Amino acid sequence: MSIKSEGEAEAALSTRDVKTSGRSSRIANLESADVEFVNVTKTFNDTNAVEDLNLRVEAGEFFSLLGPSGCGKTTSLRMLGGFEDPTLGRILLGGQDVTNLPPYRRDVNTVFQSYALFPHLNVYENVAFGLRRQRIEKQEIKRRVGEMLDVVDLPNFEKRQSSQLSGGQQQRVALARALVNQPKLLLLDEPMSALDAKLRRQMQIELKRIQTQVGITFLYVTHDQEEAMTMSDRLAVMWHGRVEGMGPPKDVYDSPTTEFVASFLGASNLLAGRIDSVAGRRTVVAIDGGGSVVVPSDRVPDLAGSLEVKVGVRPEKIGIQAVGTPVADAHNAVNGRVRVSTFTGVGNQYIVETALGVNVTVYAQNIGHQFAPRSGDDVVLTWPEEHTFIVKPLPKSIEMNETEGD
Amino acid sequence: MERTVPPDHPGGVVPYGRRRGVGRALAPYLLSLPAGLWLLLLFVIPLAFMLSLSLKTCSPSTGACVMTWHWGEIPSEVSLYHQEFITSLYFAAIATLIDLVISFPIAYWIAFYGGRRKNFFLLMLLVPFFVSFVIRTLVWEFILADNGVVLGTLKHIHLLPSGFHVLGTSYAVIAGLAYNYLPFTALPLYVALERIDRRVLEAAHDLYATRRAGFMKVIMPLTVPGIFAAFLLTFIPMFGDYVNQQILGGTSNTMIGTVIQNQFLVNFDLAGGASLSAVLLVVALLGIYLYARLLGSRTIDQYL
Repeated sequence: MSIKSEGEAEAALSTRDVKTSGRSSRIANLESADVEFVNVTKTFNDTNAVEDLNLRVEAGEFFSLLGPSGCGKTTSLRMLGGFEDPTLGRILLGGQDVTNLPPYRRDVNTVFQSYALFPHLNVYENVAFGLRRQRIEKQEIKRRVGEMLDVVDLPNFEKRQSSQLSGGQQQRVALARALVNQPKLLLLDEPMSALDAKLRRQMQIELKRIQTQVGITFLYVTHDQEEAMTMSDRLAVMWHGRVEGMGPPKDVYDSPTTEFVASFLGASNLLAGRIDSVAGRRTVVAIDGGGSVVVPSDRVPDLAGSLEVKVGVRPEKIGIQAVGTPVADAHNAVNGRVRVSTFTGVGNQYIVETALGVNVTVYAQNIGHQFAPRSGDDVVLTWPEEHTFIVKPLPKSIEMNETEGD
Repeated sequence: MERTVPPDHPGGVVPYGRRRGVGRALAPYLLSLPAGLWLLLLFVIPLAFMLSLSLKTCSPSTGACVMTWHWGEIPSEVSLYHQEFITSLYFAAIATLIDLVISFPIAYWIAFYGGRRKNFFLLMLLVPFFVSFVIRTLVWEFILADNGVVLGTLKHIHLLPSGFHVLGTSYAVIAGLAYNYLPFTALPLYVALERIDRRVLEAAHDLYATRRAGFMKVIMPLTVPGIFAAFLLTFIPMFGDYVNQQILGGTSNTMIGTVIQNQFLVNFDLAGGASLSAVLLVVALLGIYLYARLLGSRTIDQYL
């Protein structure tokens, strides 16, 4: 896709102010196009697909709903689009209650997972569909469709039938078809899932660029954690219909508050333990397998009186060093023996059997001339206390097997 | 690439491969042989015979026919029976229209709201048609009889004048046609409606299409090939139908199918009957040609 100048794209989309404001049934022009889910629950056949969801997306934000299949992310998006009615709760768009409005009365447009282009219409008519329904003048439609096809880099594609397009082209048409209406909010339901890995990465960058240029709020649904972290300003990790963690990707990644988030968003070493003592800024956790780990006190979540916790540390935060070398200040250190050492090109991955009674995964970047033990070697693992986090352990009855997306 | 293999080549790889190759090449033809024979014996030969018959001159007394290339038989038969052609066209058109109007809501409802019981509802639609065509029509004759279950009762309680009758009228023939061919309309419509991706409809609503606009701008255009297929499957057999007219109709509303039957079985005018059949065939082919031209030949086999 060619990179359009900022001004050009803005000109293409600044017509928002002059658009048909006459339709009183539509949501009036609003300054803050934020989204709000207020205690929203959706029940299908006695199962809660979404449970007491409270969510707020600010205007202009790129917000992702991330989670495995069946976590309720798509249902949440469909409720926002008007395709499902919430069982309980309210949905607000720009401060107005839209809970009971049909899809065609909401100033929201959707890019569907399957694209859902109109098979009987060509590219031009697909993109013009929404404008025609809004009874916009013919010349205006022609201008806006042309400009939008330029923005998604599909000029001269007007006469093509949707069946003649590749997956990536179909996706761009779907995007143009939604964006041409200049909605306050664009919903994207796993739009990349049908694209191959290379095209997907390219489209991620494109999508982020378009979002920055048009300044529309994007609500993006995906099961791909990397995709969500790459593009989002903020994201919410969902599981079993509930939000398990929410915030900017870095915050959620570095400080997960639940066991699910720690495992789903990247990889984590999780050690079961019990809070032993709290001394000012340092909280000591006795690990069940033996030994103890220090965690910053401000990293301890609300445990509701329980002392049972899981201590986590990301594999890439752990340093691996030879026995006998000094350990830096404010670092946790634990002895171990390398069981598996795997060279992955960009780094080395070790599985180390530790004195804590569990195997710990360590990821060391391949930056040359550092300590590179072989399997069987005795080593010391160290990591900064500030990179240690605590999560509430899951009840034993819940299996956390379903972490793969569809 | 050429490779010479000595005749005493121990592995025998090439001869084996060659045998396999021949078998593979023949397999599609062998598989299509039964169907091909069936078509040839029961379709192509009778058709050629019928078409050639229309150009022969036959002796009404002995039934012996001689090829005379008498092309004039066709226009003379058409001019003689053009009224029956027009009647058939008129009846078939009205009955097809009635079928389309009746089956569209049924097919729409089953396709969109049938849920898990779609197949059950389809079966319910088809069950009456498991009974033989002629028997169904005879039952209608019984039901519509002048002093039968319905009219007799209504006349008895003086809701209808005693002279009122349905049998023998054009209405009875059209009603019979519409009834007998309903599944041929409903099924292609159902297939067309069922094939519509629900997400495409959701996309239309997402793009500000009201329920009405979604129907007019998405469902209807996507159903057009199905409507045309339904039209062909209903209209063409109705056009040549003679059972409904003979059982439910009278003498004033003779359809072309009845004429053809009479030419063959009553008048022994074989050439005349064959000529009329040829005209009927041309009308049917014209319809299919139009379908292919208007809607693309690729879509035709999806509904037939």
